Amino acid sequence: MLRYIIRRVILLGPLLIGITLVSWAAIQLAPGSGNYFQSLVLQYPQISPSTISALRAQFGMDQPPWIQYLRWLWSIVHLNFGLSFAYNVPVTWLIGSRAANTLLLSVTSMVVAWSVALPLGIYSAVHQYSVTDGLLNTAAFVAISIPSFFSALLLLYGAYWTRLLPLQGLTSVDFDFLPWWGKILDIARHLVLPTIALGLFSVGGLMRYMRNYLLEVLRADFVKTARAKGLAERVVIYRHAVRNAINPLVTLFGFELGGLLSGAAFVENVLGYPGLGRLILEALLKKDVFVVMGTLLIGSVLLVLGNLVADILLAYVDPRIRYD
Amino acid sequence: MARDLVADRLAVERRREAARARTPLQLAWRQLTRYKLALAGGAVLVVLYVTMLIAEFLAPYPLDFSDRSLYYAPPVGVHFVDAQGRWHLRPFVYAYRAVDPSLPAYAADTSRAYDIHFLVHGAPYRLLWLIPTDLHLLGVTPPARLFLLGSDQFGRDLLSRMLYGSRVSLMIGVLVVLVTFPIGMLLGGIAGYYGGVIDNLTMRAVEVLAAFPSFYLFLTLASVLPPTLSGGARLFMLSAVFSLVGWGGLARVIRGLVLSIREMEFVLAARAAGLRDLKVILRHVLPSTSSYVIVAATLTIPGAILGESGLSFLGLGIQEPSTSWGLLLAQAQSVDVLTQFPWLLYPGLAIVVAILAFNFLGDGVRDALDPRQRSV
Repeated sequence: MLRYIIRRVILLGPLLIGITLVSWAAIQLAPGSGNYFQSLVLQYPQISPSTISALRAQFGMDQPPWIQYLRWLWSIVHLNFGLSFAYNVPVTWLIGSRAANTLLLSVTSMVVAWSVALPLGIYSAVHQYSVTDGLLNTAAFVAISIPSFFSALLLLYGAYWTRLLPLQGLTSVDFDFLPWWGKILDIARHLVLPTIALGLFSVGGLMRYMRNYLLEVLRADFVKTARAKGLAERVVIYRHAVRNAINPLVTLFGFELGGLLSGAAFVENVLGYPGLGRLILEALLKKDVFVVMGTLLIGSVLLVLGNLVADILLAYVDPRIRYD
Repeated sequence: MARDLVADRLAVERRREAARARTPLQLAWRQLTRYKLALAGGAVLVVLYVTMLIAEFLAPYPLDFSDRSLYYAPPVGVHFVDAQGRWHLRPFVYAYRAVDPSLPAYAADTSRAYDIHFLVHGAPYRLLWLIPTDLHLLGVTPPARLFLLGSDQFGRDLLSRMLYGSRVSLMIGVLVVLVTFPIGMLLGGIAGYYGGVIDNLTMRAVEVLAAFPSFYLFLTLASVLPPTLSGGARLFMLSAVFSLVGWGGLARVIRGLVLSIREMEFVLAARAAGLRDLKVILRHVLPSTSSYVIVAATLTIPGAILGESGLSFLGLGIQEPSTSWGLLLAQAQSVDVLTQFPWLLYPGLAIVVAILAFNFLGDGVRDALDPRQRSV
């Protein structure tokens, strides 16, 4: 087991280098990019050319591309992702605060989605071909077909007319003056809409997976054996069948873990949520290249780590998997 | 009892006979037609694609038509009974009357009914890009406007723009499949067939691509497209972006399938017959992956539709004056606009219907063609 983990971690090395190369190339080699300072001149003609070239030199943009890449690589090894042009703060600082917000939203939504979807999926599988099963199945199909930006808009519309929930952002205007329990309550109220918008898709997908895997397991011989030896139906389903149907879901869990930082981009943009997805969009529009590269890199590293965790988890929960 | 046995035996015989007489394609079709939701999805898609082809005929107004005095006009009411309580045989609309000239607030001007005419002459166009004509399905005489789903901030007819926009939204899926699949199949086929260094290199490239959150990669690549591209060119570039990111997953699966196919005897036979490697891959190995490929294609299209509408929604996809469902929905992004003019949400409904139809069809096709992946 330990050897398996070590081998996987060593293999991450070349992958990470490939990731940095693509993150860098996607931005730098495209025509018209990397010209943040040039576009600055268009906005503020009073900036002198010498200031521009000084700024370019400060950010190392007067060097040939491969030197720029190596310098960037060298600095990220030291966890220095460069400066944001637009905000003039370190990229790590910018990404850190936004990533925390995104994680808060994604984890909340993931917990809610899993705790809703799994029971529904199990119920649906156990009552296969019942009316409820049919309705749940159709609902799941609709849920996976609604783009999250559209569900966010619909929720926004509903929330506006009912006036029950705050529409935008993560905190109210008077957040700083609230007592600590008021702050928590305020954030919780702001999280409701994005959580639903984000979780709807997961619930639909997860429910279908849970139902299908469970149905597959329920036809297996060992379930028949369990029933034949007179176990209660409840025990057969929850102790024997569900326990085995969970395994493929662990892989899925890993995927979701990897997508935690990037999955919320649409919802963040529609609902004005200060997260990483909004940061990368703003940075792209402003040609704030170090922020874009940093966000791409952080997002992919998390994705890779998520997959790794999923594989290890899977090897842990399913002794049938051999890792050599 | 004995009679039952005989009947059973006969039924089995008949079924065997039937099975023998059917090609795999016929079997798959039979399976598909049993799945009602897939058929419904397919029917909806046929309607959508026909609508897309004859959009100019169906749309009451041309793409660049705008009536600036009627911005954010609500959907026009279609009536049969007029203000005096008289019945009309022909459906009619009332003209809009501005309630307050400084606000987008309108009331119906009930003093005169404007009949809706069918097959009216209007702006000239080429039906199916071939037949020059100026016939339109519906029309009313100005100053009345046939804004069946309302108008946007420039007084453009939402329904017409949705019809034109369906071209982009529905074409992108097909384009992405047409680009992604040859690349993914060929690279996956070559990697699986040769193995060794080629396989290793291809798969490492696939892994690097798969390591990125695909949406961030879409955003980044779409944002570096030059803003000067025309509508059509942009559509092609966007499909190129989706394909650049999407070929990897397909190549990986195809490679896995090819690994086992290449060991089969018919491949050995083809090689023994002296065919070149490329020909063996193209003519003998890859066709065996067709059932997976067809299923993957039907499920790739809704993903591409989603991707395009998402990018356009964020302002990085299709640009004005071209239009697509995602771009139209982007108008509803601000809370003020959305809550005052909720009809701007209709394009989102169109996206949902198209994706849902593809998902239903894809699910049915998978059950029909690829029983191993069958969802129970």
